[in-house]
Amino acid sequence: MTDTLLEIDHLSVDYETGRGDLKALRDITFDVNKGEIVGIVGESGCGKSTLISSILRLTAPNTRFREGEIRFKGQDLLQSSERHMRDLRGADISIVFQDPMQTHNPVLTIGQQMLDIQHRSKQSKADKLAHAAKMLGAVGIPDPEARLKQYPHEFSGGMRQRIAIAMALMSEPDLLIADEPTTALDATLEVQIIERLQELQREFHCAILFISHHLGVIAELCDRVVVMYAGAVVESGEVREIFHNPKHPYTRRLIECDPGHIKERARVLPTIPGEVPDLANLPGGCIFRDRCDQAMARCATQVPPLDQLKKGHHAACWLNHEEVTT
Amino acid sequence: MLNFATRRFGLSLLILFVAVTVMFLMIRAVPGDPVQIMLGPRATPELQAQLTAALGLDQPIWKQLLIFYGNLLQGDLGTDVFSGRSVTDIVFQQLPFTLELIFASILWSASLGIALGAYAAAHPNTLIDRITAAISVSFVAAPAFVVALLALLVFAVHLQWFPAIGAGEGFWDRLDHLVLPAFAIGLSWVGYIARLVRASMLEVMGESHVRTARAFGIAERRVVMVYALRIAILPVVTVIGVGMGFLLSSAVFAEIVFARPGLGKLVIDSITTRNYPIVMGSVLISTALFVVSTALADLINALLDPRARTAN
Repeated sequence: MTDTLLEIDHLSVDYETGRGDLKALRDITFDVNKGEIVGIVGESGCGKSTLISSILRLTAPNTRFREGEIRFKGQDLLQSSERHMRDLRGADISIVFQDPMQTHNPVLTIGQQMLDIQHRSKQSKADKLAHAAKMLGAVGIPDPEARLKQYPHEFSGGMRQRIAIAMALMSEPDLLIADEPTTALDATLEVQIIERLQELQREFHCAILFISHHLGVIAELCDRVVVMYAGAVVESGEVREIFHNPKHPYTRRLIECDPGHIKERARVLPTIPGEVPDLANLPGGCIFRDRCDQAMARCATQVPPLDQLKKGHHAACWLNHEEVTT
Repeated sequence: MLNFATRRFGLSLLILFVAVTVMFLMIRAVPGDPVQIMLGPRATPELQAQLTAALGLDQPIWKQLLIFYGNLLQGDLGTDVFSGRSVTDIVFQQLPFTLELIFASILWSASLGIALGAYAAAHPNTLIDRITAAISVSFVAAPAFVVALLALLVFAVHLQWFPAIGAGEGFWDRLDHLVLPAFAIGLSWVGYIARLVRASMLEVMGESHVRTARAFGIAERRVVMVYALRIAILPVVTVIGVGMGFLLSSAVFAEIVFARPGLGKLVIDSITTRNYPIVMGSVLISTALFVVSTALADLINALLDPRARTAN
């Protein structure tokens, strides 16, 4: 039996700006089950970060939740009190942020910061420090007791990201959000961090919402993947299904453009021509239309719905509908 | 940390040496023969020659400088030309009055400034933030001597809440006498520090580590007071350290307006009478005060910010 942990249900989020409302997220729907790893993939500006901050409700003051719900264990987080949100943050839901060089407080020791985040625990300070040292050991920081006394700038980027992971897992959360945790690191470190995350996920049985624009990492780590484009979900499904049988042109192009996918030496690296549409002034019809080489007349007028093509595989493209009719 | 402190101390000594040497040469460049000014127009040439020799002014200037440093290393700042008292005694007798004035000014202006700035940063663009900004800017724009005169008129002469002149005797009386001068000197600093803290705070609150602290459910109060303010305060510490120099010069105004004893008044009086030993003694102590306070600011910064300890 699979239990749903997090349900994003027809979520629409705007940013109020001087140019009018920026429709950062539109009608986002997907689930994360207990113990599952779900990847979110998309270009910069596709709304990944807005989504994460909405789940934690750590949004900028000009954010407006227009529609939809974010249910965590059945409770709508958008209706929860600030107090309830604070109880969840760093306890049931933890997060690892993108840039490990900026994520820790520069003037407090790692030990102090790891003590502070255990503010809910009734343990003694010595027990909390022991717990912190144990967690640092678990992410492969050598000599953890001594290193607790050190400051963030005394650690390398890879180590800092492992510390961030240790901090996020310390409360044994049900959901770990990883916001491009490897983007700022070089390739060999990336592999290390991914392997460490996999090990820890097996040990702690938490669900992971893994945000990345690196398809290789998503394929390696995730069970399911959600492809986002310009603030909307264009395709979602099992990782194997999405990578071998993509049903949206955007997904196909993303896979073609992934450096890991390029086998032959090419003079020009493949790209997706064109730009993401202006979110403050969205065109009608399909949002990917202008960049799509298979666009049809219908795409200009009607928004393709996110339809289920087979069990667990959804895509929002009219091409799939033509296949059905012909 | 110890290594940092030693290096910083060495640098301070160097600064002190350069500043005192420059001052020594500058005061001798001021027009007017000190001996003539001290003895008046009707002094005999013999008397003039005698005083010139007694002050060592007949020696070449490099030799005067050497003698000055030689005496200084033995803790001797020379003797007052008029009273014959030791300059060290005179300067150290005046020093506490200036010190208490400066510390009182910094204490009230920094506490109020930091509180106002942190509050404004926590509620940016609200009505309270705008009011704070307006008050801060007008405080910055008010020169210390104008504020001193106005404060004297309003609070001492008309309302008679506080004493107008002197430094007072005994702890409470001295405190009572400090209120107006410290208010006058500190007022512009309140605005300056408030603006600085607000800007610095807003910058720090936007940094990722603050978002991390919030994402771990750490109470907002602790996020602001510990995670952000501790970093935002760093430039303020530096500014206050350097600001000691400005406070020393504003103290001169306050000491004159409120007829308080103190270093500033001592320097002004001794420059007009060309009393070289006292000028040099007061300048030396003021420079030392300034050098020590900047060094202290650096040390406090190093204590607060581990990154500063490893940097050069």
